[in-house]
Amino acid sequence: MSYEELLTQTALSDERFIVMTAENRALVRNIPGKLGNRFIDTGITEQTMIGAAAGLALRGRIPVVHALASFLTMRAFEFVRTDAGIPNLPLKLSSFIPGFLSDGNGPTHQAVEDVSLMRGIPNMTVFAPADEDDLVTMLPQIWNHPNPSYVRINTRKTDFQHSPFEPGKAEVVSRGDDVTILTYGLLFEQALIAIDILKNEGLSVGLVNMRSLKPVDEQVILQATQGSNLTVTLEDHFLTGGLYSIVAEVLLKHGLAAKVLPFALNEKWFKPSLLPSVLQHEGFTGKQIAGKILGYNTRIVQPEISIPQFSE
Amino acid sequence: MQSVSLPTNQLKARALKVREHIVRMSTDGGCFVGASLSAADLIVYLYSEFLNINSDNLDDPERDYLFLSKGHDVPALYGTFVELGLLEKGRLKNHLSINDHIYWHPNTHIPGIEFHSGSLGHLPSVAIGVAMDIKIKGGKNKVVCIMGDGELDEGTCWEALLVANAYKLDNLIFVIDRNRFQANMATENLIPLEPLVDKFKAFGAAVKRINGHSFKALHEAFSAYPFESGKLNVVIADTVRGKGIPSIERRADRWFCNFNATEVADLLKELHGEHVTQLTSETLVVR
Repeated sequence: MSYEELLTQTALSDERFIVMTAENRALVRNIPGKLGNRFIDTGITEQTMIGAAAGLALRGRIPVVHALASFLTMRAFEFVRTDAGIPNLPLKLSSFIPGFLSDGNGPTHQAVEDVSLMRGIPNMTVFAPADEDDLVTMLPQIWNHPNPSYVRINTRKTDFQHSPFEPGKAEVVSRGDDVTILTYGLLFEQALIAIDILKNEGLSVGLVNMRSLKPVDEQVILQATQGSNLTVTLEDHFLTGGLYSIVAEVLLKHGLAAKVLPFALNEKWFKPSLLPSVLQHEGFTGKQIAGKILGYNTRIVQPEISIPQFSE
Repeated sequence: MQSVSLPTNQLKARALKVREHIVRMSTDGGCFVGASLSAADLIVYLYSEFLNINSDNLDDPERDYLFLSKGHDVPALYGTFVELGLLEKGRLKNHLSINDHIYWHPNTHIPGIEFHSGSLGHLPSVAIGVAMDIKIKGGKNKVVCIMGDGELDEGTCWEALLVANAYKLDNLIFVIDRNRFQANMATENLIPLEPLVDKFKAFGAAVKRINGHSFKALHEAFSAYPFESGKLNVVIADTVRGKGIPSIERRADRWFCNFNATEVADLLKELHGEHVTQLTSETLVVR
């Protein structure tokens, strides 16, 4: 099932749902004709859309709002914080092309601080699915939860069959003594490639799809950091405020230390290009990740990375 | 509104009481007294004559809505709520108390306050969402959003006008408390707003401009609701900052006031026309 199919089905079966967009229709192309006046496009007004969504939520509605990740989280930040966060209203934020998914757009469109910003808002919950299957597995519970939510929408297709979702719980793909990779979002694809390479090199490797960044699965982080010699955090986000920071917070809270290798954007935006080139240039392909963990390159050929179907 | 005769004397008496409450809140920490006094008459009018909001219907989805986007004029709302029985009078003594929720900006811990405010330019869009839902459901509720004129500097007010026009929200009324001051200066000396009627009309709204201290004028304007089918209603209420107390009227330096007890006593007398107060307390610049 696609994102749009799930949203259409959910909204048609539950009158509380309102689908809103700040003229970002890529994910909701066919919904206007199906939902009638429960589809609201406010034009290029991210702030007004969030305020109006709060008004709709006051009346008992569940607004699922769409905008490009950078504008939803930054242009409208104070509206999200003030009109959804303070009153704890169930605004459901669907962020389009977060992180590396903005590929060729350039730094204006790069939401690589969105996890940091959104998880800093009291009452807000934050999720990042690994692919489309993960996304549609996670969304029903996220949408039916009474809190506001921020979801890094990821409609990329993989062959991976995800397990059932529980908010606050990560998906443990494998456990390993030598290395555990903690990741979220589209880099899950590259993590799968990396762990294959590492296993071929004889390492015992764990992989965790974090899924829920707030609330976060502390037990999984503790197991990974205490059960493996090396923990890797892998994210298309600034080093500050994302998963690396979350792991540090959890370790500090429990009075523990660990060896952690972060893959993140350190004090810089990424070089814009199509996604495969971005990953290659920034060092985020599965092969490059494995090479950095091993300390040497293998002969394994990096599998082809698919180009996103749409950019904007 | 089919009100046959407007109880003007009763409204004036009520507004005077509200102004007394405002003055009493302007000490022991103070409040935004000038902006509260400018909005007092229109808030009293709206709750007394126009809006279907009372202590018995606050949970009724068919009730009307008032959003105070200006926020810092909330003492006028607290005072009106006391006079209408929505808020216990004794609680006004808790202004700024850690044990109550009566502070400088509106919050939903006070029954009857629909949404918190304080950050300017937010509630026009929240009111739009409520008006949209009422339209979807085919309801008859009226939605009023009171904005300050200084607040119009915020771009989101104008975004909201675009969206309200696009969605033909004729169940929504933006009321501008046009007291001609923003925090520290006269609006026209900092960010000029005029010609304001033309601006709102250009955004597609049906606009009325009236004396915001005349209950007759307020009644005439709001009795014409909805002004035009399919158009956002805008009422520009020309008001006076500090209205009712000549010693602080139209003064840029009396936005936020923290008066001493003697001044409060004198200001209450001044409110009743006895004399003009000699103010000695410090002028506060809080923004």
